[in-house]
Amino acid sequence: MFWDWDFAISITPTLLQGLKITILATVLGAIVAAVLGLVFAILRRSTNRLISRTTGFVVEFIRGTPLLVQLYFIFYILPDFGLRLPPLTAGVIGMGLHYATYFSEVYRGGIESVARGQWEAARAGNLNPRQTWVHVILPQAIPPMIPAMANYLLAMFKETPLLTAITVMEMMSQARSVANTSYRYVEPMTLVGVFFLIISIFSVFGLRWLERKFGGRAR
Amino acid sequence: MTEPIIRVQDLRKSFGTLTVIDGLNFEVKKGEKLALIGPSGSGKTTILRILMTLETISGGRIEVAGEPLYHMQKNGAEVPANEAHLHKMRRHIGMVFQHFNLFPHKTVLQNITLAPMLTKGESRANADKRAGELLEMVGLSDKAGHMPSQLSGGQKQRVAIARALALNPEIMLFDEVTSALDPELVEEVLIVMKRLASETDMTMLLVTHEMSFASDFADRVLFFDKGKIVESGPPEQIFKNPQEERTRTFLRKIIAAGQHV
Repeated sequence: MFWDWDFAISITPTLLQGLKITILATVLGAIVAAVLGLVFAILRRSTNRLISRTTGFVVEFIRGTPLLVQLYFIFYILPDFGLRLPPLTAGVIGMGLHYATYFSEVYRGGIESVARGQWEAARAGNLNPRQTWVHVILPQAIPPMIPAMANYLLAMFKETPLLTAITVMEMMSQARSVANTSYRYVEPMTLVGVFFLIISIFSVFGLRWLERKFGGRAR
Repeated sequence: MTEPIIRVQDLRKSFGTLTVIDGLNFEVKKGEKLALIGPSGSGKTTILRILMTLETISGGRIEVAGEPLYHMQKNGAEVPANEAHLHKMRRHIGMVFQHFNLFPHKTVLQNITLAPMLTKGESRANADKRAGELLEMVGLSDKAGHMPSQLSGGQKQRVAIARALALNPEIMLFDEVTSALDPELVEEVLIVMKRLASETDMTMLLVTHEMSFASDFADRVLFFDKGKIVESGPPEQIFKNPQEERTRTFLRKIIAAGQHV
C-alpha cells in the first residue's frame, strides 16, 4: 500500500513539535501586527501631512510587496547591515509587519465607524487625546473589527509555511526535513495538510461565534 | 461693571468658500442666559461649536473669562493657541449636543463620572456622589446602571445635561437640545433646563427653535441671519416688538409653521 501508517505515526511527534512553532509564530506575529497596525492607523490619521503621508507610503509599500521577499530581506540582507536576527524573530517581525498593514485597514474601518459626535463629546469633556482614544474611541471601534481580525489571524496561520524559507523549524520545515531524509513525501505532507485543516476548521467555528457576538452589534 | 465672561470680536468663519460667520461682535455677561435664534444656516450652531473649540476660526478674536480662547501669549506676542492652551480654556465651558453623544459603551453613571475622574482627578467616590446628585436633579436616579441604549431620547438628553454639569463649567452651551426629540419628550428636557436656569448662576447660551422656551429662558435674545446679528434685546422686544424687518419675517414664518410665540 501507498500509505504507511507506522511511518506516519512515527513522524507525528516531530510534526507536532513543528506545529508548536507554527502556532507560536502565528500568535507572536499577530501581536506584532495588532500593535503595529494600530500605530499605523493612528499615524495615518495625523493632521501632520508629513506623518500621515509617510505612514501611508510605508503601509502601501509593505502591502505591495510579497511577504516572502520581505522575509528574505529581514533574514538574509539585514545581516549585511549588521542586524542579525534568529530565524523565529525574523519570521515574527516579517509576518507581523506585513499583516500590520492589513490590520491597520481594519483599525481604520473600525475607527471611522465611531460617530463624529463621540470625538466631540470627548472634547467637550476636556479629555486629552490619549484619554479620548483609550476610553471613548477604541472601546467602540474594536468590537466590530474582531471578526475581520480573526480572519487575518487565520490567514497568517496558513502562511507560516513561508517561514521555511528562512529556516524557522515550523511544521512545514519539519515535514520537509523528514521527507528529505526518508524520501517519503506522502505521509509528512498529508499530515501537515490535515493538521492545518483541523486547526482551520476549529478556527472557523470560533470565527462564526465571534461574528455572532460582535459582528452585528449595534452602535 | 464686571468684565464680560465671553467677548467675541470681529469673528469670522468660513468652510472653504462658504462664509458662515461674517464679522460678528457680541458680549455675554457672567450669569446671563442668552438665546440664539434664527433660520437654519444662520451660523448659530457654529458659534457654539467655536466656543467649545470643535471648530477653528478664520479670523477675529474671542475672549473667555478674560483670556483669549484661540490665541495665547508667547514671547510677548500673541500667537494661535496650541492644544495645551485650548485644553486649559475648555475647563470653562461645557456643551450639550443635539444628538446627545452619550458614550454608548458606558453606563449612565460612567457617562457622568468619566470626565471628572480623568480630567479633574476626582476620586470615584466623589464622582459617584456628585453624579448621584445630578441624576436626582434631572429625575433619573433610578437609571444610573442603565446603558444609554435602554433610555428614551428625553432621558438620554437629561443624562447628557448631567454629564456636562458634572464638570462644573462656568459657561454651558446648549445646541438645539430638543430638536432630535419626539414632541412628547421635549417637555421633560425643557423642565430640567428651566430649573437649571433659575437655580444656577451659570452663564448659558442656547441655540433653539422653540421660541416660547427661548422667551421663558433667556435674559437676552440674539436674532441671527446670514452669519450676523440682526437684532438683539430682551425677549419681550424680540418676540413682541421686533425692530427689524428680517426679525418680523422670521417670526411670521415660525408662527405660520404652528409655533406659539
